[in-house]
Amino acid sequence: MRKILLATGLGAMAAIAAGSAGANDELNRMSQNPAEWVMPTGDYANQRYSKLKQINASNVGKLQVAWTFSTGVLRGHEGGPLIVGNTMYVHTPFPNKVYALDLANENKIIWSYEPKQDPNVIPVMCCDTVNRGLAYADGKIFLHQADDKLVALNSKNGNVEWTAVNGDPSKGQTGTSAPMVVKDKVLVGTSGGEFGVQCSMTAYNIKDGKQAWKAYSEGPDDQILFDEKTTSLGKPVGKDSSLKTWEGDQWKIGGGCTWGWIAYDPSLNLVYYGSGNPSTWNPKQRPGDNKWSMTIFARSPDTGVAKWVYQMTPHDEWDYDGVNEMILTDQSIDGKPRKLLTHFDRNGLGYTLDRTDGELLVAQKYDPKVNWTTGVDMNKSSPTYGRPKVVAEYSTDQNGEDHNNKGICPAALGSKDEQPAAYSPETQLFYVPTNHVCMDYEPFKVSYTAGQPYVGATLSMYPPPGETNMGNFIAWDGKTGKIVWSNKEQFSVWSGALATAGNVVFYGTLEGYLKAVDAKTGKELYKFKTPSGIIGNVTTYEHNGKQYVAILSGVGGWAGIGLAAGLTDPTAGLGAVGGYAALSNYTALGGTLTVFTLPQQ
Amino acid sequence: MALHPARGFAHASDDATPIAEDKLLRIICLLTAAAILFAAGGTAFADGSGDPAAVKKSDQGEYTDKDGNPTYKVQQDGTVDWYTYSGYRRYHSECHVCHGPDGMGSSYAPALKDSLKTMSYGEFIATVASGRKNVNTAQENVMPAFGNNPNVTCYLDDIYVYLRARANDAVGRVRPAKHEDKTAAYTKAEDSCMGTKQ
Repeated sequence: MRKILLATGLGAMAAIAAGSAGANDELNRMSQNPAEWVMPTGDYANQRYSKLKQINASNVGKLQVAWTFSTGVLRGHEGGPLIVGNTMYVHTPFPNKVYALDLANENKIIWSYEPKQDPNVIPVMCCDTVNRGLAYADGKIFLHQADDKLVALNSKNGNVEWTAVNGDPSKGQTGTSAPMVVKDKVLVGTSGGEFGVQCSMTAYNIKDGKQAWKAYSEGPDDQILFDEKTTSLGKPVGKDSSLKTWEGDQWKIGGGCTWGWIAYDPSLNLVYYGSGNPSTWNPKQRPGDNKWSMTIFARSPDTGVAKWVYQMTPHDEWDYDGVNEMILTDQSIDGKPRKLLTHFDRNGLGYTLDRTDGELLVAQKYDPKVNWTTGVDMNKSSPTYGRPKVVAEYSTDQNGEDHNNKGICPAALGSKDEQPAAYSPETQLFYVPTNHVCMDYEPFKVSYTAGQPYVGATLSMYPPPGETNMGNFIAWDGKTGKIVWSNKEQFSVWSGALATAGNVVFYGTLEGYLKAVDAKTGKELYKFKTPSGIIGNVTTYEHNGKQYVAILSGVGGWAGIGLAAGLTDPTAGLGAVGGYAALSNYTALGGTLTVFTLPQQ
Repeated sequence: MALHPARGFAHASDDATPIAEDKLLRIICLLTAAAILFAAGGTAFADGSGDPAAVKKSDQGEYTDKDGNPTYKVQQDGTVDWYTYSGYRRYHSECHVCHGPDGMGSSYAPALKDSLKTMSYGEFIATVASGRKNVNTAQENVMPAFGNNPNVTCYLDDIYVYLRARANDAVGRVRPAKHEDKTAAYTKAEDSCMGTKQ
C-alpha cells in the first residue's frame, strides 16, 4: 500500500459574515463582577485576577475545605468551573460531562449532561482526553466536545439548543479547548497537530449555531482570512504569505492547531490567540517557515480577518506550540501608557507586544535554562528582525533525520504549556506556572494517513542537568522581561494560576497541592493536598458574602502521560538525581472539585 | 512453533504493497491459529512467542529466534539491534499516547511490556492491523486499526521486537544508548514500504 499524500479536502470556504455584531455587553459586565466567574479565562483580558480580598495574605493560612464534588471521571481535569449567579457549571474530560450545581441549595445537582460520543475519538487525542472548560452567554452553556462538536445547552435545564459540527474526528480533528463568547459569536479552536490537521479558529452565532467565519492557520489568503492590510512586525505580509512558506500542498496537512485560550479587547475590537506546531514533528519533511503555525493572531471577531500576526518560531523544530494564553494589560513603558499583550511561549521566551499593531517590545527567556536560541533579533532594520537565533547544536533540522539531538531546553512541552498565568494590576507582575524540563529529540521520516498519528519524532524528557526540580512558579515583569522571584517545584506546574486583590496568588501542583503564596515575595502561605494531581485552573467567587476558592484535581494531560507514567522514574537513569521520584508515587487518577473558604469567625 | 509466513511482512522489499488486505487476513488467520496451538511453557526464558534467544540475523539486521519469530539482541555493552532501536522510536511516535511511555500502560490501554509476556507475534500483528474494541459499562477502550498506517505497518517487526525486549526486561525504561547501524537492505525496504524515493 503505497502512501500518497492525500489532500484532506477541508476546503470549507471561509464565509465572511456581514458585520451584524450586537455587542455582548451583558457578559462583559458580568465578567467585571468578582462574585462570579463567567468565562473560562475570568475576564476578556485573560488576567485571571480577582478583586476579592476576604481571603488575603494574613488569613489564607486558615483556609479550610468547604465542600467537594466528585466528577466521576478519571483522566486529566484541565480548566475550571464557571460561576454564573447561584449556579456553578463543572465540566469533565471525555466523555465531557457537564454538571450544573446549585450553590444556594447545598450544591445539589440541578442538571447534568453527558453527550454520546464515539469512543474511537479517544485514540486520536494526542495528549489525554482533556477539556479546558465551558463558556456562558445569553442563557446558554457552550461545550466543545472531544469529537469536535460545539454544543449549546440551556443553562437552566441542560437541554441541547443546537449542535455545530466543527471538525471530523476520523481525520484527527478533536476538541479540547474552551470556547469563548465574543459579542454575538462563540469562538472555538481545533486540536489535531499530531494528526496533520489543517487547523482553524471558527466563529458560530450564539443564537443558532450557524457558522459565521472560519480562519485557517495556513493556506490561501481566502482560507486564512488575510487581506492587504494584514501586517506582521509593522509591514503588510502581502499575498500568499502562508502558501509561499510551504512545499507544495503540505499546508493542507500543516497543523497550526488552535487549542489554547482566546483573549478579546472590546475597545480595539480584536481577538487574540495562538497557533500550534506545524505537522509533522520532523522538520526535514516540511521545508520553509510554515506560516502561520506558531503565530500570535489578532483578528476581528466580526469577520475573522487578521489585523496583525507574529510568528514566534518559524519552521519549528521542537514542537513549541504557540497556543499559550495572551494576557492583555495596560501598563506604562518608559513613561508612556501602552496597550500590551504578554505571552509566555512554549519556546521559553516571554513576549510583550503592543496589541494595537503587533509591535514587538520584549522577548526574553523566562527560564534561564532555555538553550535552543540565543535570543530574538530586536534590530528593526535587520533582515532577520523578530526571528529567534537558533543554536546549531540544538537544531533538529540542521542535524537531520535519525540524529538524536541531546540536551535541548525546554522540552517539547515547553517552558510553559496551556496552564494559564495570572496578572495582578496591583503588583504589575505576571505569575507564571512553568515546566523546567529538557529533552532529547530525534526526528525521523513519517508518512501521512488521514486520522492516524503524524508525529515523526521521539523524545526523552528530564530535568536540566544537575537539577532535580522539573518546575518553577515564577513572578515575571513583562515590561522588562525579568524574573522577580522564582519558587522551585518538584514537578512541572501544570495548573492555571489565580491572582487576587488579597495579595495572594494561588496555583496547584502535580502532586495535588493547592498552594497560596504571597504575591510580592512568593512566600508560601498555605498548602492542602487535594485527592489527585492538579492540572486545573484556580477559580474564585463569592456566595452569600463569603469568598471561595475552587480547584479541579485529577492528574493527567500531557504532564500525566509523560511525567505521571514515569519519565521521572528514579530507576530509569535519565540523569535524574536523588530525591527524585515518579509522580505515581504521589498521586493517582480521579476527578474532584475541591472548594475552600475561611472558617466561620 | 513456526510463524514463518510473516517474515518480511513488514518490510516487503520487492514491491511496495506489504499489506494487501486479503494477504493480511490470511496471515492473521494462520498466525492466530498457530498461537492458539501454542501452550505457554513454564521455562525461564519464554514470552508469548517462546524463547526469545536470537539464533539468526538477516541482511536487514533483523534477528530471529529458533522458531523464526523476530527477536531482539542486546550485547554486553548495551548495544541493541537496529530493530529494537527503531521500534523504540516508532512505539513512542505511534503507540505511547495510549499504551504509555516504555510500554508501561495507561488507563486507556494495557501495558504492552506485560501483554507480550503472553501474546504471540501472530496475535500482536493481528491486533495492530485490525484493532480491538473493549466497550462495556465500566470502560470504553478502543484500539484503532493501524492496517493502513505505514508509520506502523512498515515497522511492525520493529515495534514487536522492541516490546519483546521490554517484556523480557532486556531493555529498560530508557532510550537505548547504543544501537547497531541501519543496514542498506533495511533502508531499501523502508523506502519501498514508505513509498519514498531514494
